[in-house]
Amino acid sequence: MADIATRASYGRALADLGEKYMFAVMDADLSGSTQTKKFADKFPERFINCGIAEQNMIGVAAGIAATGMPVFASSFAMFASGRAYEQIRNSVGHTKLNVKICASHAGVTVGEDGATHQFCEDIAIMRSIPGMVVISPADDTEAYAAIEAILKYDGPVYCRLGRQAVPVVFDPATYKFELFKAVPLTQGDDCAVFAHGVMIDRALQAYKLLKDEGIEISVINTHTVKPLDEQTVLEYAAKTRRVVTVEEHSVIGGLGSAVCELLSEKLPTPVTRVGINDVFGVSGKAGELLDLFGLNAAGIVRAVKEQLAK
Amino acid sequence: MEQSKLLYLRKKAAQIRRLIIEGVYNAGSGHPGGSLSCADVMAYLYFEKMNVSAADPQDPGRDRFVLSKGHASPALYAALALKGYFPAEEIKTLRKLGSRLQGHPDMHTVPGVDMSTGSLGQGFSAACGMAKAAKITGAKYHVYTLLGDGESQEGEVWEAAMFAAHYKLDNLTAFLDYNKLQIDGDVRKVMNPDPLDEKFRAFGWEVRFIDGHDFRQIEAAVSSGVKDKPLMIICDTVKGKGVSFMENAVGWHGKAPKQPEYEQAVKELDAALQEFAEVE
Repeated sequence: MADIATRASYGRALADLGEKYMFAVMDADLSGSTQTKKFADKFPERFINCGIAEQNMIGVAAGIAATGMPVFASSFAMFASGRAYEQIRNSVGHTKLNVKICASHAGVTVGEDGATHQFCEDIAIMRSIPGMVVISPADDTEAYAAIEAILKYDGPVYCRLGRQAVPVVFDPATYKFELFKAVPLTQGDDCAVFAHGVMIDRALQAYKLLKDEGIEISVINTHTVKPLDEQTVLEYAAKTRRVVTVEEHSVIGGLGSAVCELLSEKLPTPVTRVGINDVFGVSGKAGELLDLFGLNAAGIVRAVKEQLAK
Repeated sequence: MEQSKLLYLRKKAAQIRRLIIEGVYNAGSGHPGGSLSCADVMAYLYFEKMNVSAADPQDPGRDRFVLSKGHASPALYAALALKGYFPAEEIKTLRKLGSRLQGHPDMHTVPGVDMSTGSLGQGFSAACGMAKAAKITGAKYHVYTLLGDGESQEGEVWEAAMFAAHYKLDNLTAFLDYNKLQIDGDVRKVMNPDPLDEKFRAFGWEVRFIDGHDFRQIEAAVSSGVKDKPLMIICDTVKGKGVSFMENAVGWHGKAPKQPEYEQAVKELDAALQEFAEVE
């Protein structure tokens, strides 16, 4: 099966869901990139382009949601969550309004656009808003299913999507998306690897490499970063006593931080965070950048072995 | 406007001003100046113009009001209390721990508040969203919003202004409380937003410039909207209007009166109310 970007899954989901549900979709001049254009072409009366004005987009989204209509608002992660942070915090978070901020082009896999567009802090800032649900789907199957799930959920959601086409990991015929549930994909007692988004595929590659060496890891798909599925995290930390977190995000404030916050209070466990180590990105191809920052199977294998050596 | 209606609205504005002072005094903090300057617009909206009812605050067909200059919450709370959304006595709990009457309006705690506001610029965008939603669904309600003149320094205001004109939101009426003072001083000295009428006109709005304390002018302006354009009514007002020592005094932007000041303000406002003792 060909690789598919999760932003494409998002656009397809919106266009399909528009037939069943009443909601509006907004964009800030990036509808081709975020793929909201698929919805816009089909339901032009419910699509609202705000031009390059993300702060107003979020404010308008809040106003629409205040009348009872759910809204999806999209741009690149940098601008949807970064530029409009305060509007999200006050007009969407505090009000608990039904706005779904679906942000594409997150992380370094934006690629050639470089540091100004590679937002690796979005989960950190969105996670800090009280009541905000933060999700990061792994592939086409999961992203497509997640969009309907967040539409049915009444309240603010931040959904992280990618630019880069990624392998389809889950079988659409059997896959069921359950919001708030971390899903173990492999079982192994040597180390628990919590990951989300594009890193799920790479964590599964690491699983195979390690298995060949006789090391068994549990890979847990933590698509909902907030609220964290504490029960599953604690269960696997207790089982393995060694934890690695993997994400295309800063090691500050993302899943790595969320897991450390939980474990340090409830079950002190050694944790290695694989992520962007408090630096800005650079231009390059998506795959090159993931390799540059150690966000690949080799990097995960290294982190697991470090844990085992402790 | 008939004389009886005029007197009725002036009485409501006087009652709003009295409650503003009651609330801010009891809170020991808050924003009296910019609440007093917009009291007449609030009286006109809640007691003449808007199709709203305290009996059904969530009626989907109701007109909406968004106080984009959320720090003027005492004026909104006063209008809502007088309209019957909650007991007027409750204004004394303003800003206190456990009160519904938060420092800035909260849509989930106060019946009648259509949007939580406080961070400047955001209410204006939300009002645009409510108006746009009505265009999508065909709902017939009208959306009103009130901005401050200092608020117009926020970039988001101009993003929203562009949006409202682009989407032809003729179901949106904005008031701009042009009281010419902000925390740091004269609006024109801090960061001159003038000429606001020309700017909004250039952004595609239908614009009126009126005396914001004159109900006849408010009424004429509100009913002068045109098809396919949002309406901006710039209200020339006096900050602190109705309390002599607060009028045009920047120090009263965000400060509560102490007891002797409170007593003086009450004396003046009660005397003003006395004029309307016979008005129903």
